[in-house]
Amino acid sequence: MIQVEQLTKRYAGFTAIKDLSFEVRKGEIVGFLGPNGAGKSTTMRILTGYMPPTSGRVSIAGFDIFEQSVEARRHIGYLPESTPLYHDMRVNEYLRYRAALKGVESANIRERVGDVLEMCSLQEKERALIATLSKGQRQRVGLADALVHDPDLLILDEPTIGLDPNQIRQVRELIKNLAHRRTVLISTHILPEVEMMCSRVIVIHKGRIRAADTAENLLRNHRAAGAISLELLNPPDSVREALTKLSGVKDVTEEPTENGKRFHLRTDADAHPAEDILRMAWEKHWALVELNRRKPTMEDVFVDLTQGE
Amino acid sequence: MRVFLTLLGREVKSSFYSPIAYVVIFFFLIASGFNFYSGVALLNQSPSEVTVVEAAFNTVLFWFPFVLIFPLITMRTYADEFRMGTIETLTTAPVQDWQVVLSKFLGAYIFYTILWSPSFLYFTAFTEITGKQAALAAGAFGGSYLFLLLVGAFYIALGCLASALTSEQINAAVMTFVAIFGSFVAGLLGFILNSQSQAVRDIIAYFSAVEHMADFSRGLIDSRPIIWYVSMTALVLFMNLQVFQYRKWKA
Repeated sequence: MIQVEQLTKRYAGFTAIKDLSFEVRKGEIVGFLGPNGAGKSTTMRILTGYMPPTSGRVSIAGFDIFEQSVEARRHIGYLPESTPLYHDMRVNEYLRYRAALKGVESANIRERVGDVLEMCSLQEKERALIATLSKGQRQRVGLADALVHDPDLLILDEPTIGLDPNQIRQVRELIKNLAHRRTVLISTHILPEVEMMCSRVIVIHKGRIRAADTAENLLRNHRAAGAISLELLNPPDSVREALTKLSGVKDVTEEPTENGKRFHLRTDADAHPAEDILRMAWEKHWALVELNRRKPTMEDVFVDLTQGE
Repeated sequence: MRVFLTLLGREVKSSFYSPIAYVVIFFFLIASGFNFYSGVALLNQSPSEVTVVEAAFNTVLFWFPFVLIFPLITMRTYADEFRMGTIETLTTAPVQDWQVVLSKFLGAYIFYTILWSPSFLYFTAFTEITGKQAALAAGAFGGSYLFLLLVGAFYIALGCLASALTSEQINAAVMTFVAIFGSFVAGLLGFILNSQSQAVRDIIAYFSAVEHMADFSRGLIDSRPIIWYVSMTALVLFMNLQVFQYRKWKA
């Protein structure tokens, strides 16, 4: 559905994205992750034909986004980052206008607008001026606009920003339901959301792809895959050093607890130092009160991939 | 075509959503009404060579409000879209850039035409009340309005170009005003410089709006000004398209 080849975008003095290549297949929900300024919005703006890349190619549903721009754009439902809307229009008026602009047949406009109003729970606000809507409502109008011509590809730039937890859940359900027949590329900061919704994740940082895989694989292969924490009562000072020397342990941090200390270990993915720790505790008579293996989260993966160079 | 009409419909409607529209209409009607009244009053004082059409269309009182309306009509066309970010939803819909440029131009132009339409009433009322012809010939009457349409197209295009250059309406308005006022004053250089050279005066006359109006309101419909305004409008709209694409791509 989306094919991106060696996309580069340079602005005067800095490179926003560099040599980006990826593919999104039909029916996938792909999460597009990265810190602010990583180049997510720039990439999405190029994918939707808003601006041209400095070099590289994008094809949407088989159409080149610049050579056959209008045909390519017919396939896309796009929600830009800040949800720009015409504040002087009413909700249904705006959606009817957008439907006509995107080539929905006149006879079907009323029905389509009714459908998306319902999907986005906006029926009650149908006659409201967009200027009077709350941020969450505007976000849903933007989503309704992206859906109104029933596109087979949705490109959503932070669709849940500014929504309250209930609305986030609604939008998430909505996107999941939509995805049966569609391809979705979604950028977000909300990491649990990615695990819940996306079949695949692309992490970019400083304009380059750092990882592209399923959330499961990312978690499994993540460097912090082995995270262990243990609590000891009144531990001797040598503990930290001893733990650090264990094979596979990358680093150890400690924090004081009520009667002792808690140690956090990050280990290599394939290391299993728990056994060694137990043996050491037995030999050295440490008062071990807790030993936990912590599962890594998307947050760990995200932080790991996008910190530093 | 359907896409273009959809865009145009939105442009025309949105020009009436803005309260500025009604302020512009209100003051323009007062100014043009007063202008017409003073034209008639002038003719009442003494015998004169001019008709009421000439007296209404080629006076300082006509030109002063005239150059002021264009910045107000065109300032929001692009500036607001860029400021609000709606340019992004607009241009990622399956529309072509030239359709956007042309619809914004025509939308403002239609508003401008609507702005002028009540002035027909002045001349109709004049003829009804006095029983005299407002113009000596249909040519003078038609010529005046043809000129309004021609110069209006050029000035509206200038205003749209200025609006495409900025995200602030006020900047667009000031730029438009300076551009129109500049081109207007340049056309008066013939009077100001009082040049002896016929060639200089001819060149200035070629683009002087005041001199064109003087001819057209007498029914002298010359093809040179028509070509001048049509080609300038096309040129400015072409520049407008370039600027529009450049801004959007740079964003």
